[in-house]
Amino acid sequence: MSSVVSAQPVVADLHDTTSRARKGLDKLFLGGLWMFTLVAIITLVTLVGTTLLKGYSRLNWSLVANFPSPFPGDAGIQAAIFGSVWVVVTSGLISLFIAMSTAIYLEEFADQRSRLNKLITINIQTLAGVPSIVFGILGLAFIARGWLGWGFTVGTASAVLTMMVLPVMIVSAREALKAVPSSLREGAFALGATRWQTIVKQVLPSAIPGIATGSILGVSRALGESAPLILLGALAYVSSNPTGFASDYTVLPLVILKYTQEAQEEFQAVGAAAIIVLLMLLVALNMIAIIIRDKSRKSW
Amino acid sequence: MSTASVSVGELQPSGRKLRQQRSERIIQFLLMIVATSGVLITFGVVFALVRPSVDFFRAISIGEFFGSTAWFPLYEPPDFGVWPLIVGTFSVMLLAVIIAVPGGLAIAFYLSQYASDRVRRKLKPLLEILAGVPTVVFGFFAINFVGPNVAAKIWVFSDVGFYSALSAGITVGLMIMPMMTTLAEDAMAAVPRSLIEGSYALGATKRETCTGVIFPAALSGIIAAGVIAMSRAIGETTIVLLAAGSTANFSFDIGQPMQTMSSFIGFAGLGDQPTGSTGYQTIFAVGLLLFVITFFLNMLSRRIVSKFREVYE
Amino acid sequence: MVEDMSNATISETTARLRQSGSVVSVSLSSDSHSAADNSQNDLIMQSVDLQVHYGDFLAVRDVNLAIHKGEITALIGPSGCGKSTIIRCFNRMNDLIPTAKVGGKVFYKGIDLYGPEANAGEVRRRIGMVFQKPNPFPKSIYDNVAFGPRVNGKPTKAETDELVERSLKRAALWEEVKDRLKQSAFSLSGGQQQRLCIARALAVNPDVLLMDEPCSALDPIATARIEDLMAEIKSDYPIVIVTHNMQQAARVSDRTAFFNTEIGANATRPTGVLVEYDTTRNIFANPTDTRTEQYISGRMG
Repeated sequence: MSSVVSAQPVVADLHDTTSRARKGLDKLFLGGLWMFTLVAIITLVTLVGTTLLKGYSRLNWSLVANFPSPFPGDAGIQAAIFGSVWVVVTSGLISLFIAMSTAIYLEEFADQRSRLNKLITINIQTLAGVPSIVFGILGLAFIARGWLGWGFTVGTASAVLTMMVLPVMIVSAREALKAVPSSLREGAFALGATRWQTIVKQVLPSAIPGIATGSILGVSRALGESAPLILLGALAYVSSNPTGFASDYTVLPLVILKYTQEAQEEFQAVGAAAIIVLLMLLVALNMIAIIIRDKSRKSW
Repeated sequence: MSTASVSVGELQPSGRKLRQQRSERIIQFLLMIVATSGVLITFGVVFALVRPSVDFFRAISIGEFFGSTAWFPLYEPPDFGVWPLIVGTFSVMLLAVIIAVPGGLAIAFYLSQYASDRVRRKLKPLLEILAGVPTVVFGFFAINFVGPNVAAKIWVFSDVGFYSALSAGITVGLMIMPMMTTLAEDAMAAVPRSLIEGSYALGATKRETCTGVIFPAALSGIIAAGVIAMSRAIGETTIVLLAAGSTANFSFDIGQPMQTMSSFIGFAGLGDQPTGSTGYQTIFAVGLLLFVITFFLNMLSRRIVSKFREVYE
Repeated sequence: MVEDMSNATISETTARLRQSGSVVSVSLSSDSHSAADNSQNDLIMQSVDLQVHYGDFLAVRDVNLAIHKGEITALIGPSGCGKSTIIRCFNRMNDLIPTAKVGGKVFYKGIDLYGPEANAGEVRRRIGMVFQKPNPFPKSIYDNVAFGPRVNGKPTKAETDELVERSLKRAALWEEVKDRLKQSAFSLSGGQQQRLCIARALAVNPDVLLMDEPCSALDPIATARIEDLMAEIKSDYPIVIVTHNMQQAARVSDRTAFFNTEIGANATRPTGVLVEYDTTRNIFANPTDTRTEQYISGRMG
């Protein structure tokens, strides 16, 4: 192809005529955007940095192997780790069951415009907006004391955390079911399968990755949650691992809270080290979620 | 059914199918029961809050609750003026919103209009990590970093001590910022592409498109997001409990320790209040106030969002 | 005509343009006012071997077009033939799509829009655009029209008032909205919104107006008003219009470019090509290419 030339003499000027003031404002604006983005990054970096700096000296086997102690050098978080696992696994399983049932009912059975459906949906939105401390009050009034009277136990904490993570779980389970193409359902119906057979054999298998990632998100929330458990006795000095739902308990976020409040620098180091453990657990959970997400993408 | 040649019986389900249908109906019923259980939680919350609150307001008049500026409910003799908590709550909330809303907006503008795909792919996971950091860790961060290195340095009007509303407010703001970013991004993504193109086609720069077209077009969504951020800041307990101390100061100096409604509830829960005592009932009265305020804010936000939808669709 | 051209820089390009029928002889377009003088100086825009890739996919190739002053140029063809892609090269709107890659050249008064000397913002200020669906900003009628002038300069209140009035009058909308300039632009009907968008484009006083299927979302009456408006303003603002409506092209345009799709040797998706470019009369009355003829007579697309 020959070189291309204009068939016309150049009679225009398309140089940038943007005024200096306008360019200055553009730069200022972008500078502001950068500044805030930088603030977010700096927050994350200093947060992790401060914690590591304070906590790395106590990041050793005795931290996870020991029980609490009045002497900071011996204090450990084993009871809190086991307490967290108990509470999180229990509330995770219960809320997963309720969330799946709710999502299946709303997406697969109920008439999308029925009053009950609307009521449930609005209710989920309302629950999602309730401050977590208020769930603690509910737990205090009806579960720990009052009506059920379970006391400050693993069972009480699990029940309260279940209510707290339920909205997140339901929303993500519904999203996962919505994402299943309706052709899959129609295909199963066309073969004479009943609604329930279609759900169990066709819909759920393809929705599982989405439900799993959503559940992990909910479980991460439960693992990091502290506010409602303050009201439910998790701050107590617990020197043994829970053995059942009726056991005393404490959890990682609450030992962190307790040690952070201590005046003694050495206790603060235990708190910081516990934060590192908690963050590592959260990162591990999220890695699992990412792996599930990527795997399910590939298989499509 | 429409043609006579098909007998009615052939289109009736077999006995096995009938049994299946019956069990399906039972399953559907059970699912409905479980699905409705969420509604019970809300009723439980309301019931749990209202009954002790009624008892509380039998003992303490609403006039005293809203008419006094001294809040010492757990002391002898007690004072039940809620204003220090309200002032503390709104101070921390305003500080948090002043940081989180412009911050979230700025990052959302940057991500949606300026950042390349490569940058966006790196920045989004960082924000997700920040959004997933537990609040107690932010509380630790407030005490060990934000308080001494930020709050104490920027506040020149008074001496900032170990605990301050400022430190709590800044930290809550940083904690909410990723959520605000996501909500603002969603609101901006709902702005029709044709509007953005229309702006560029008139020779507008990215800034002018952001502030002149995207911002007004996404305004209702952004306001709704801001209201959610307010609600989150008001409900935040642990950070404030750790960073703002536990004295219910009636003061407008954000360099001072303050108590918010949520942090008071957390604080009162630390001590073991005997069931039925006025101190115990205080938790519920303040909890009710907190619930009503956040409920109202969330409803407001939803109303704004649904109005917004009407404009474009 | 050939004499007129001889003093200009005649290149292979021009020769090719003439071959493809884009430089039209005087006698053929006797009904057009451009017949008076069809010299090189009458050209305002010109594309040379223009092609666009989206990623690896060649969307449209080898487009040689010439846009003349005082005329309406219509781009027609079946969907997917690249006519919208081409019009978006004429004001660098394709810059906004990260994967889009533009090859070849687009000249505006002799200067390459994609050359080092051209600034995208400046290009868009000179070459206005009206979109498929009316896209008024969520502002008042007044602020919609004032948006362009405001970002591109600092007009005083009086200047803005005058400019808004002039632009709305030019777009034949003034009488309908003069009493409610402060109302939201969304309060207007679809056709009014589209005329508002034309007024908004005219307010920055462009040299060319690009219209990407401007009537596709409008009813016939609103469409007729826009078409009348186009005829009215074309002497001041040469128009390039993409339309899927052949009757519209026949009614309003002076020249028509017919695009078609073809599947390349090792491509899976169709690529757009410019089949024929000529006066509208020739394209519709006696097209030289059989594909054009088939399309016009309704045997394809």
